[in-house]
Amino acid sequence: MDERLLLLAPGDNVLVLRGALEAGDTVALEEGRATVETRLGLGHKIARRAIPEGGRIVKYGAPIGTATEAIAPGAHVHVHNVKSEYTPTYALASSEEVPT
Amino acid sequence: MMGYLRSDGRKGIRNVVAVAYLVECAHHVAREVASGHPETHLIGFPGCFPNVYAQNMMERLCTHPNVGGVILVSLGCESFDRHRLAETIRESGRPVETLVIQRDGGTRATIEAGRAAAQRLRDDIADVPRVEMSVSDLVIGTVCGGSDGTSGITGNPAVGRAFDMAVEAGATCIFEETGELIGCEDIMTARAATPELGREIRASVEKAARYYATLGFGSFAAGNAEGGLTTIEEKSLGAYAKSGQSQISGLIKPGDIPPRGGLYLMDVVPDGEVRFGFPNISDNAEIVEMMASGAHMTLFVTGRGSVVGSALAPVIKIAANPHMYERLKDDMDVNAGRILSEGASVEEVGAEIFELLARVAEGEITKSEDLGHTEFILTYKSFEPIGPACLPV
Repeated sequence: MDERLLLLAPGDNVLVLRGALEAGDTVALEEGRATVETRLGLGHKIARRAIPEGGRIVKYGAPIGTATEAIAPGAHVHVHNVKSEYTPTYALASSEEVPT
Repeated sequence: MMGYLRSDGRKGIRNVVAVAYLVECAHHVAREVASGHPETHLIGFPGCFPNVYAQNMMERLCTHPNVGGVILVSLGCESFDRHRLAETIRESGRPVETLVIQRDGGTRATIEAGRAAAQRLRDDIADVPRVEMSVSDLVIGTVCGGSDGTSGITGNPAVGRAFDMAVEAGATCIFEETGELIGCEDIMTARAATPELGREIRASVEKAARYYATLGFGSFAAGNAEGGLTTIEEKSLGAYAKSGQSQISGLIKPGDIPPRGGLYLMDVVPDGEVRFGFPNISDNAEIVEMMASGAHMTLFVTGRGSVVGSALAPVIKIAANPHMYERLKDDMDVNAGRILSEGASVEEVGAEIFELLARVAEGEITKSEDLGHTEFILTYKSFEPIGPACLPV
């Protein structure tokens, strides 16, 4: 397991970043390596394995939302490809004024 | 540790004079009365229309164990029942003085009279009896604010561990914000002391989900997403970790005093139709509600970096994100981010928080107290009383 990634519960299909990853970095997943496309901050999530459109996103062993498109292994899992089962998420276009 | 003994038997960890404005129109005068004395804190309610919840909250806050005496500042024509509030404070054995701006000669004269009154109260409460106190006498609240992807991994589980230690030692611990426990209904219900309480807990979270769905926004700020949190369910699961592993002893509403030690969930979402807007418009509203239920202090976990403190009761700031800790070190009491950056254990940071809260109860000044943070906010709400299943014997 890549030391920069955190698996919080055995059944999770996402991994949490222990520190920022830069665009072009590669990470080691169970099913092979993946390349990070854009800079991702500490605490963000990437897919542990392929997640189909409509699939549940599982973190802490519990569902945290549904994939709105197919997500490739290693891809950023966030507001652009996940929706809440409760209330929609409100986010600003990222300014990155505060580093993560 | 030594506490300030109040006539209802509760013990305070601070001995402050509260200056309370009873409508926004009296805010300036009250602020001038309170200013310049670190142990004189400004609180208040801005609304001119009557509200049972606000009246109840102000009565609870003015008789909080950390409060020694109170000055009420009224404009004169607002709807707030200042007579009843003053009577409640007097009955609690605390000195209280009421200023009425329209009666007492306007801004300048009322400020002067208020400052003299504040000095009398400070002198008066200086000799409140100090008595032996232990962790089992403490009521401890927790909130998270400015959460990010680290909060649910570092700071929140560490507070959960500290809560477990405090409950084990007989303390009363309160977690809240049912709007940030959406998605945790099943796991929480299983921790309830009785099945009936479990049903009440589930109903409180379902109420929160309905309430926020009507408003169209979850309890989720833009910065949460920037910090890596994607949905309210994800934020909730992280926030839920603050509650630790103890059995849940009861479900209370703002202002209800927990009857004995244990872990309590506070239902903060109003009852009935959606009426006055968002349940808690910012983090301090949550701190105020836990204080109204007797919280002596609040454990505040932040990922993005909130800097707030509170009037009346100290706030211990726990940094979840190690990078934020480096930037905002002067504002943070604990670096839980070292769970990520240095491989510290949740157990170790939890024990650090538990030891710190005991020292703060003994009088150690927190970072936010030292920086002069005394934020306070109270707005309109309406609640039905809790049902009999909420506090099983």
